[in-house]
Amino acid sequence: MTIISTAGLARTFRSRRGPVEAVRGIDLAVREGEILGFLGPNGAGKTTTLRMLTTLLAPTGGTATVAGHDLAADPAGVRRACGYVAQSGGVDPQITVREELVTQGRLYRLTRARAAERAEELARELDLTGLLDRRCAALSGGQRRRLDIAMALTHRPGVLFLDEPTTGLDPGSRADLWDLVRRLRDEHGTTVFLTTHYLDEADALADRLVVVDRGVVAAEGTPGALKLAYGGSLDASLQDTFLAITGRGPAPADAAPVAV
Amino acid sequence: MLLHDTALIYGRYMRQSLRSRFALLFGVLTPLLYLLFFGPLLTGLPLGGRGDSWQVLVPGLLLQLALFGASFAGFMIILEKDQGIVERMRVTPVSRLALLLGRVLREATVFVLQAVLLVLAAVAMGLRAPLPGVLIGFGFVALLTVALASLSYALAMRVRTPQEFGPTVNALTVPSMLLSGLMLPMTLGPAWLDVLSHLMPFRHLVDAVRDAYVGSYATAHVLYGALVAVGLAVLAVTVGTRVFRTAGA
Ligand SMILES: Nc1ncnc2c1ncn2[C@@H]1O[C@H](COP(=O)(O)OP(=O)(O)OP(=O)(O)O)[C@@H](O)[C@H]1O
Ligand SMILES: [Mg+2]
Repeated sequence: MTIISTAGLARTFRSRRGPVEAVRGIDLAVREGEILGFLGPNGAGKTTTLRMLTTLLAPTGGTATVAGHDLAADPAGVRRACGYVAQSGGVDPQITVREELVTQGRLYRLTRARAAERAEELARELDLTGLLDRRCAALSGGQRRRLDIAMALTHRPGVLFLDEPTTGLDPGSRADLWDLVRRLRDEHGTTVFLTTHYLDEADALADRLVVVDRGVVAAEGTPGALKLAYGGSLDASLQDTFLAITGRGPAPADAAPVAV
Repeated sequence: MLLHDTALIYGRYMRQSLRSRFALLFGVLTPLLYLLFFGPLLTGLPLGGRGDSWQVLVPGLLLQLALFGASFAGFMIILEKDQGIVERMRVTPVSRLALLLGRVLREATVFVLQAVLLVLAAVAMGLRAPLPGVLIGFGFVALLTVALASLSYALAMRVRTPQEFGPTVNALTVPSMLLSGLMLPMTLGPAWLDVLSHLMPFRHLVDAVRDAYVGSYATAHVLYGALVAVGLAVLAVTVGTRVFRTAGA
């Protein structure tokens, strides 16, 4: 079943130097319970698409539904159905982990008692138990990321949007996060829509990939199908496949720019 | 729901204010300095209004406190925007009006508290004013804070950097202060200045609080002041809520 669908979804920003067409008409159909890897070079329009699908940004064109709720007509329904972890996270460094989790529960309209319980549950699920009374500023990068995800899971959303969830994490923390994402899919049937610049991550984690470039979908399919179609064989690296699709490198944060 | 959400946001930011009690006290420092070093210059000067110089000066200082304090309230949210806190809240079903109202009511609480400290200090220095008048004064401080803090948040949500925000706010508040006769009654000046200052909404608030401080409550000044203050607050909250609803940048 399709849980996210978009038709011609577009967003143009007005800026001092004229209009910026960040997203120029994206058609997507994401299946319920899949992990979708949303790839594309810097500035391709990934974050902008996520912000539209989570009601943070009004589209300037096209339509979309998320979990049966129309983005324009029922933004409140979309908000109840999805969780979002932004590229930069979203907790106050001066506040304790527990206070942030409880506040988040209350923002999702849980009672005070239920929100306190939920904070404990989430801490257990995301391995934050010993950290509940620490201030967020005192967390490591990996712990911080787990907290961001815990915040987004407060209301057990059916759809989880993750914007570059593993950027800046060490290999161990990345592997933990992959496990967590797989567990969400396997145990809760959660649909996970994630962006990443790490192609090994996309290869290992995603059931299906959508590659965007300059605001439009350039290719989509399973990692295998994309390698076959664009890299020439199943043994092609996703790196080469990506280059063939976009004509330039994915420019991961930790790699030198790729010469085309 | 609106009440629940507003109380929640208010509680979060009130706790934040209480954590920084130092800043809370620091906010009264500037008006206190005016009280100490400027107030005594006025005693005995013919200021044209009724009441003594303290009854003219203190209302001005109260509104000045709100004007400068609340206008910069948005500064905090620029930081919160960068930390992703604003978007994290905006993806939840929380009421957009509550996102603004919870914050500006915190601001109003803080500035009324500071206003109380300032009035207590003024009483120690010689201010005598009727209690109802003083309370009305606090009401105006609260309304003005809600209005200006809402506009400040709206502006802060639109700008990208604090470097853009600070100068813009300064450019708006300094002329407002000078033209509204916060320090000295505008009636002392030439007619053109007096006319110009009537175009400033703050002028009406100061006149209203000065009337209240001498015990006249049923005056045209108080009525206009109240209308302007309420009107400004409603307009500002509407604008601010719109920004939380659509915030694009
Ligand atoms: N608020 C805004 N105002 C103007 N232009 C914007 C705004 N937000 C994004 N853009 C522009 O839209 C384009 C797409 O940006 P977006 O953040 O969606 O890219 P991205 O694919 O997430 O890139 P990255 O991999 O670097 O995170 C970029 O050219 C960006 O500069
Ligand atoms: Mg991005």
